[in-house]
Amino acid sequence: MEKFDVVVVGAGPAGNAAAYTLARAGLSVLQLERGESPGTKNVQGAILYADALEKIIPDFRDSAPLERHVAEQRMWLLDENQTCTGVSHRDARFSQQPYNRYTIIRARFDRWFSEQVKSAGALVICETTVTGLLKDDAGKVIGVRTERAQGDILADCVILADGANALLGERAGLRPAIKAEDMALVVKEVLFLPKETLEARFNISGTQGVVIEIAGNVTHGMVGTGFLYTNKDSIAIGIGCMLGDMKRQQLTPCQLLEGLKRHSAVQPLIDGAEMKEYSAHLIPEGGYRALPQLYGEGWLVVGDSAGFVNAVHREGSNLAMTSGRIAAETLIALRQAGKPFTAANLAGYKQGLDDSFVMADLKKYQGVPELLNQNPHILDLYPRFVGDAAREILTVDGVPKRDKQKKILGELARRRSLLGLLGDAYKFWRAFR
Amino acid sequence: MNMLAEALLPSVNVEEKLFQDRYRVDVGRPHIKLRDAAVCTACKAKPCTVCCPAGCWRVAEGGGIELVVDGCLECGTCRLVCGEGNVDWNYPRGGFGILFKFG
Repeated sequence: MEKFDVVVVGAGPAGNAAAYTLARAGLSVLQLERGESPGTKNVQGAILYADALEKIIPDFRDSAPLERHVAEQRMWLLDENQTCTGVSHRDARFSQQPYNRYTIIRARFDRWFSEQVKSAGALVICETTVTGLLKDDAGKVIGVRTERAQGDILADCVILADGANALLGERAGLRPAIKAEDMALVVKEVLFLPKETLEARFNISGTQGVVIEIAGNVTHGMVGTGFLYTNKDSIAIGIGCMLGDMKRQQLTPCQLLEGLKRHSAVQPLIDGAEMKEYSAHLIPEGGYRALPQLYGEGWLVVGDSAGFVNAVHREGSNLAMTSGRIAAETLIALRQAGKPFTAANLAGYKQGLDDSFVMADLKKYQGVPELLNQNPHILDLYPRFVGDAAREILTVDGVPKRDKQKKILGELARRRSLLGLLGDAYKFWRAFR
Repeated sequence: MNMLAEALLPSVNVEEKLFQDRYRVDVGRPHIKLRDAAVCTACKAKPCTVCCPAGCWRVAEGGGIELVVDGCLECGTCRLVCGEGNVDWNYPRGGFGILFKFG
C-alpha cells in the first residue's frame, strides 16, 4: 500500500493552500479531488482576498485568473415593496495596485491553484472520491479509503478539506452531525453581458469591479443575504438563507433567487443577460459556537469542512486558505522537529488559528448566529423601516418635516415597543462589539 | 405560502435553469437514496420538496416521494432538512455528477 506524509482530501482553497505549502517544504503529499478537475465541484460568489493568498503565493497576481479588482462595495437593503436603501463605498485607493480584493470564477481559479500545487511537487489525483478514513486499532487516523480498486492509501496525517458538506469527519465519528440550523443554502446564477454594457451599468472601467451585498426582505423573513458581483463579462448573483428557516416555509430557493432578480433595483442591472450556469452550495454559518473538534490523532480539518466562515463579513475563502496554510505549517514544524502527528502535537494547529484573524473574527461574532436565529425580525423589521422612513423623508408633499419625523417615529413605535427597541439595540451591541 | 410572496415570486421552472448546467450522469447508480419510502409517504412536512435547489424531490401520486437525482447540484441540503434521517446521501463516484463550468 502506498504511503504519503500527508493526504489532503479536496482541492478547494483550503486543501490547495495546505497541499501547496506542504509540498513546497518537501513533504510527500497526495491530494485527492472528486471532481473531473479541481473546481468542477466548487461554488463561491466569488471574492478572492489577496492577503490570504499572498501569504502562500506572493506573486499570484502574475498568473492567477482574476476577474476584476473590487473598486466599490455597495450594501443594499431591499424589500418586497421594491425599495432599495443602501450605502456604497468607493475609494480610489482600492484601485491602486496591489489590489486588496478581486472577483474570481472559481472553476478557473481552482484549476490555476491546483497547477501551482502540482508544480510545488504534490501528487494531485482527480475523479477520486474518498469514501472513508482508515484508522488503526487505537483509533488513530492512518489513511483514506477511496472508491477505486485497491484504493486504500496510508498517510502520517490526513487533512480534511472536503468542504461544507463534511461527510467524512461525521462518518468517522470525528465530529457531531451537521445541523440544518448551522448551514445556509445559497443558490447562484452566472449571467453574461457584453463587457461594455456591464461597465456602463456599474460605472466602472478597466479592471474595476463592484460588489453588492444585499440584506432585507428579499429573504422573506428568513435569516439570509444576497449578493451581486461583477466579473469581466458576467455577473454572479445569488441569495442564501439558513436551512433551519428554509425548511419551515414554502418558497423554493429558485423562487427566492427569481425574486431578487426581478427586484426593481436589480433587474435593470442584469437585463438582457444570458444565464449560463445555475448552482447551489451550502455555507457553514454556525460560527464559533458550531466549530467541531479541529484536530486529532493523525488528522486536521480545514476550511468550510471546519466551519471557518465569517458570515457577518461574507468571508470564507480567506479563512479557508489561512487555515490550510496554518495546518501545513504545523505539520512542517513537527516534521522538522522529528515529532509525530499525534493529537497533542497537532494542538499547535489550533494554537496557530487562535493567534490568527481566523479565530479572532469567529470569536468576535460568536453571538450573531444566535441573535439572528432568535430575533429574525432584525433582518426584516429594521430594513423595512429604513426603506419606509427614507421614502417618507424624500417625498416632498407640503407636509412639514417635523410632522414627517413624528410619523416615522410613530410608525417605528407601532412596529416595535420602546423596550423592544432598547432590547434589540443591546442584543445587537453585544453580538457585534 | 403567504399571498404576497406568491404574487411576487411566480413559480420557476428549475429544469430550464438546470439545462444550462453540465453533468456526467452515473446511469443506474444514484448517489442519493431513500432509506425507507414509507417514511417519506408518512412525512407531512416534506421539506426536501421545498428546499432542494434542483427540484430533485417531488411529491408523487399517492403521497410518497419521487426522487430523481440526475439534476442534483450536490449541495447536501436534502440530508440536512430531512427530520426523519431518511436520506442516504453519498458523493457520486469520482468524475460523475455536476461539473461546474464557473462554480
